[in-house]
Amino acid sequence: MTEQTNIHSASQMQAQPPLLEVKALKKYFPIQRGFFKRVVGHVKAVDGVDFYVNEGETLGLVGESGCGKTTTGRCILKAIAPSSGEVWFQDPQIGRINVAELEHEQLIQVRRNMRMIFQDPYASLNPRMTLLEIVGAPLRAMNIAQGKELEDRVAEMLRRVGLRPEYMRRYPHAFSGGQRQRIGLARALAPNPKFLVCDEPVSALDVSVQAQILNLLQELQEEMGLTYLFVAHDLSVVAHISERVAVMYVGKMVEMATTHELFMAPKHPYTEALMSAIPRPDPTPREKRILLTGEVANPANPPSGCYFHPRCRYVKDICKTEEPAFEEISPGHFVKCHRAAELNLSGVRNLA
Amino acid sequence: MSDHVLAEIKNLHTYFYLAEGVVRAVDGVDLTIKAGRTLGIVGESGCGKSITALSLMQLVPSPGKIKEGEITYYQTIHKTESASTSNVIEITKLKPNSRAMRAIRGNQISMVFQEPMAAMLPVRTVGAQIMEAIMLHQQVNKAEARERAIDILARAKLPNADRIVDTYPFQLSGGMRQRAVIAMALSCNPNLLIADEPTTALDVTTEAQILDLMRELQQQYNMAIMYITHNLGVIAEMAQEVAVMYMGKIVEQTDVASIFRNPLHPYTQALLRSIPQLDDVMARAGQKKRLETIRGMVPDPYSVLPGCSFHPRCPQFMEGVCNEVEPAVIEVEPGHIVRCHLYASRTTKARAN
Repeated sequence: MTEQTNIHSASQMQAQPPLLEVKALKKYFPIQRGFFKRVVGHVKAVDGVDFYVNEGETLGLVGESGCGKTTTGRCILKAIAPSSGEVWFQDPQIGRINVAELEHEQLIQVRRNMRMIFQDPYASLNPRMTLLEIVGAPLRAMNIAQGKELEDRVAEMLRRVGLRPEYMRRYPHAFSGGQRQRIGLARALAPNPKFLVCDEPVSALDVSVQAQILNLLQELQEEMGLTYLFVAHDLSVVAHISERVAVMYVGKMVEMATTHELFMAPKHPYTEALMSAIPRPDPTPREKRILLTGEVANPANPPSGCYFHPRCRYVKDICKTEEPAFEEISPGHFVKCHRAAELNLSGVRNLA
Repeated sequence: MSDHVLAEIKNLHTYFYLAEGVVRAVDGVDLTIKAGRTLGIVGESGCGKSITALSLMQLVPSPGKIKEGEITYYQTIHKTESASTSNVIEITKLKPNSRAMRAIRGNQISMVFQEPMAAMLPVRTVGAQIMEAIMLHQQVNKAEARERAIDILARAKLPNADRIVDTYPFQLSGGMRQRAVIAMALSCNPNLLIADEPTTALDVTTEAQILDLMRELQQQYNMAIMYITHNLGVIAEMAQEVAVMYMGKIVEQTDVASIFRNPLHPYTQALLRSIPQLDDVMARAGQKKRLETIRGMVPDPYSVLPGCSFHPRCPQFMEGVCNEVEPAVIEVEPGHIVRCHLYASRTTKARAN
């Protein structure tokens, strides 16, 4: 795979290796039919994804529903085991390790440092547990703290995320959506991690609460030196919070660049279409936007060549037969398109 | 038949009587809906935007009741090609399940819901569900109804409409399902379409397609759209007139340009500042910034706050005024109304001149 050597090159000139490096990650879900659960095919949810996240930064991961964003996030923590591929994580205690290969004991160790927050603040908290039990659970499971010490740490965590420590004995139902998302965040941060997968953390929240949670995430990032993989479909939110953004389409990474470059000068036709579709709070009439025709490809039966070719405006013969490589076309800008070099695509337009 | 008034809501109060207390979901709303225009209603969850729409359809779920107010619907009856009279219907006077109300609902006024899967019955085909509406409201036989169903599906830009008509909703993708729901809502040529967050569950690219489709169909049918959403970006694209709601009241209402260029109510201003603005993010070129937030939370729905309901969160709170006197509706400029004490002096000045 040529793309992996590329990924190491130019952008990794700094001495520090990235905190997280994902190589050729794949996750196939079998499709079973009939009485004997015969496997008749696979849903290629994640189909060879390469990217890296540097320490202290936020990488936004965007794409349409069903493109494999969430599955990628879960595979990184081995919450579901990837089918193949490597997930290299720079663990402060253990050192550089491949999370995809780890088994039970070691996984628990690593998950002190890599954790996750979820989209639905109602489904992700057990309604029968108090905040003390919820936020204290990871500390207890990892044998980090017990008894009075545990309570102190939970109180400290609650304060950090902007909740009153007195709430410790209450149950989640007493809290609003935004407050619940804070509880989820406190639970994730309790063992003092390095890396956080944020899976659509603000999609279920109202605008004013969304702003509070985004600010909190940024504050905590600075205070605790956190690194985020921020999975979301709202492009304005992703642009706001991320240093770099990666775009996925049907299980594959199609583009990755710094936020500014990706939004202003995208190199992949799919990214261009995404940018033009963003609804913007500005009533001035815009240029006609690019409307994608057809439907997202089926990950169980993807098209030949480049998966995007049936919907692409710039399709050529080669796109139908050969799959393009995910290549670095300028320092830190990766794209998976045969015509990346020749196309002149437009980014977010009508900027003041 | 251009901008004539299609429906008027006056002083609408829809309350929910629960064991825990009374929820004033809609608390004195006035709206005018004009034919062929789009009225956007924005607000956070629980502000009463959906209940306003449901009141208009007489679909307020129990234990909710329209306590006060009038909803008038002006029905146009085409007697001949040129002559038409308008028939005034007081919706609030009709019983929710009366024959007259059912003749309006789904026929003259129809609705598109947020969740396309929940709006369709999973055990009947898309076509059967559309045909049901057509046969109920129009005197046509089954074969004709099927023809119309296929025609309307094709107008909603569903590929192979003659095949889609026999599929079940779960066989369609989210975007196609929402198209089918829109087709169903349009099957009887409504004069008013109420769209309650129709694209919230969809991806941006699909959302763009659906918004385009709705605009196109609006022109074809010259129907009015009441567009409910919390997404200010979508409002900017769809609406000509915008009403901002907070705790059951309209706090500001004006044309779409003024809402974004010259928001007057502190809540509208705060709402606009609390969303990440792409232009702003790009201008900063990688520099990080915090968003401005509205402090506190929406108060619990049972509470009745004295004075302005936004006062505990308002950055321009005036002690002794905002927490005591309920602000009146002030027309600051022609067509730009706001419910805020800050502008009380402005109108008196205007009147003095």
